[in-house]
Amino acid sequence: MTQLSSFHGGLHLAGHKTLSTSQPIATLPIPARLVIPLNQHIGAAGELLVAVGDHVLKGQALTKPVGYVSASVHATSSGTISDIGEYPLPHPSGLSARCVVIDTDGKDEWLPHQGEPSYRLLHAAEIRNRVRHAGVVGLGGATFPTSVKMNPAGQIIDTLIINGAECEPYITCDDMLMRERAKEVILGADILLHALGTAHCIIAIEDNKPDAIAALRAALKAAADDTQLGDIAVIAVPTLYPTGGEKQLIKVLTGKEVPSHGLPAEIGLVMQNVATAAAVYRAICCGEPLISRVVTVTGEAVAHPQNLEVRIGTPISQLIEHCGGYLPANPLPLSARADGSPSPQKGAGRPVSQGDTLIMANRLIMGGPMMGFALQSDELPVTKGCNCLLIQNVPAASAAMPCIRCGECVTVCPASLLPQQLYWHASSKNFDQVQDYHLFDCIECGCCSQVCPSHIPLVQYFRFAKTEIWHQETEKRKADHARVRHDFRSERLEREKREREEALRKKKELLAQKAAAETTSGEDDPKKAAIAAAMERVKAKKEQSESAADSAPGKNA
Amino acid sequence: MSVLIAVITLSSIAGLFGLVLGYSAIRFRVQGDPVADKIDAILPQTQCGQCSFAGCRPYAEAIAKGEADINRCPPGGTATMLALADLLGVEPKPLAEEHTGEPIKTVVYIDEQTCIGCTLCIQACPVDAILGAAKQMHTVIESECTGCNLCIPPCPVDCIHIMPVKVQPETWRWPLPEHPPGTAPRVSAL
Repeated sequence: MTQLSSFHGGLHLAGHKTLSTSQPIATLPIPARLVIPLNQHIGAAGELLVAVGDHVLKGQALTKPVGYVSASVHATSSGTISDIGEYPLPHPSGLSARCVVIDTDGKDEWLPHQGEPSYRLLHAAEIRNRVRHAGVVGLGGATFPTSVKMNPAGQIIDTLIINGAECEPYITCDDMLMRERAKEVILGADILLHALGTAHCIIAIEDNKPDAIAALRAALKAAADDTQLGDIAVIAVPTLYPTGGEKQLIKVLTGKEVPSHGLPAEIGLVMQNVATAAAVYRAICCGEPLISRVVTVTGEAVAHPQNLEVRIGTPISQLIEHCGGYLPANPLPLSARADGSPSPQKGAGRPVSQGDTLIMANRLIMGGPMMGFALQSDELPVTKGCNCLLIQNVPAASAAMPCIRCGECVTVCPASLLPQQLYWHASSKNFDQVQDYHLFDCIECGCCSQVCPSHIPLVQYFRFAKTEIWHQETEKRKADHARVRHDFRSERLEREKREREEALRKKKELLAQKAAAETTSGEDDPKKAAIAAAMERVKAKKEQSESAADSAPGKNA
Repeated sequence: MSVLIAVITLSSIAGLFGLVLGYSAIRFRVQGDPVADKIDAILPQTQCGQCSFAGCRPYAEAIAKGEADINRCPPGGTATMLALADLLGVEPKPLAEEHTGEPIKTVVYIDEQTCIGCTLCIQACPVDAILGAAKQMHTVIESECTGCNLCIPPCPVDCIHIMPVKVQPETWRWPLPEHPPGTAPRVSAL
């Protein structure tokens, strides 16, 4: 495992990591109000367990998982539920979804909980179940429920990879977590090894984080002295964006490629983020659900960039306030720096100039500069997938120019795709063609957009095409469902009609039979004969009296 | 003599092939109309009847027979029309003016305060998406509703209303970025 491989393309980007690594992780005070979205993971939202007016304790489950790919969410501090309704989410659409609002009481009272430090005594299924109910999801940003990835489902997992690459510029939450909570990461990795029934584990870290590597190696040594650990190795990988991508890191570490549309489990690998491993440790050994995470608040346009331990549901505005707020409060141009690079230390609390542009916060990004998305407001809650808040001053984007087919995007694409072809077909809504060019292997890393000399927002086209194709597939599924329903209804109506006709026919037959029986029996029925005779007599009498009446007027005349 | 041999040989070959073809025509007979099936697979299955046919399947059969145009499905919009043109190898035909934009997905809901429980809407629904019984309140199963609006005309108290399907963060779609100048999208439509 010492021989490292490399993946196609990639970019050497300026890291800007030291901006936020000068201070230890600070804990944010309890906010007055927590807004906790019910669905913070990929998959189905859980079933609500609480109602407005309930008093909840810290760590109390607000939802229980429904379906296999699901996870709980928990109250992140004690307080009273004041509302359950639609609130805006930190999502590129800016749309709202169901959230539980907790007015905190400031006591931060824990629900009684107990962990199992000797996790080796637990069965793998029990560990998965605890992780699922602790609401642990992939904290690298994908928020896929961890319990699902912990189930090998018949596949033999040969190696577990703990991803501490953190390749995207500015983001340092995993770096700081590894430095400060190395033991949790190591033990979390060991729990995951035990649950997967896997022998080997690699913790991969980019070599621009020597402190984190040293901390993990020290913790590994200390933990191995204390307890019996699995085969865990800490490996430094070269710094190259996007090494932290799942498929890219697997290529670097093992030289293997994950099949297109496939999962790493198919080649015997499972990957988890370092923060996820730490969360698994807390869930199993301490019995604590996932109620907080480390968030990097950074960028040139925030006063004190740093990492914060934040409760899920805290408003983003509060994080920024804790970091000294946006820059500048009062714009004051400073002398231009020769290299044009920002200096956070000098700039703390004051506006910093870059070239001759004044740095002013004009963009709030959730995630990193390459893969993140701009938020419309800072009155949004922190969610499980929020690893970084980047406050930047971005000059107005230069207008996109026509593609000159230079091929730069092809050179840098880490998935070995042809972005210029994908762009061409996506912009003409040619969705069959984009899939022929393997659109769904695109990891949206943003390398192609970064190098494009025509400033074409390539990734936006790919995201557009992906969501359009998913939409078409959903519509197709719905149409097929409607067809089945309609066919069933037509068949039912047909059947009912047939049954009615059948019933009518039977009734008619029965009547006809009865009538036939009556006519045949009528001839020798004495009653009928008597009636007929009486009728005859009445008729004869009537005729008689009528003829008498006819003759009478003649007599009178 | 040689002419006779040739005639006999060719006739027997022809007869043999005739038998083989005749047998396969019976043995491997395709049930239904495969073209109509393919057309039906493209249609949105709202069963709304806006095409003037009794549902999606009759419209598909009419298109397959060449009796109907491909531009008569408003819920499918331009995308469906283009898919049909592509399938049948015919020229795309624009939809009527009022239906050219992207169709807006809607569902209906029943104002339960006003509903008198007459069951007329239940009988009108082509996909059994309305739940209820005589003199009981009715309701629409939203996930089953295709937005055909066929339940609205029979309602004697006008308690059925149309509402657009709400976009959720999971169903939200990224917009198409604005195109660079000089690269007008080569949209295959029209």
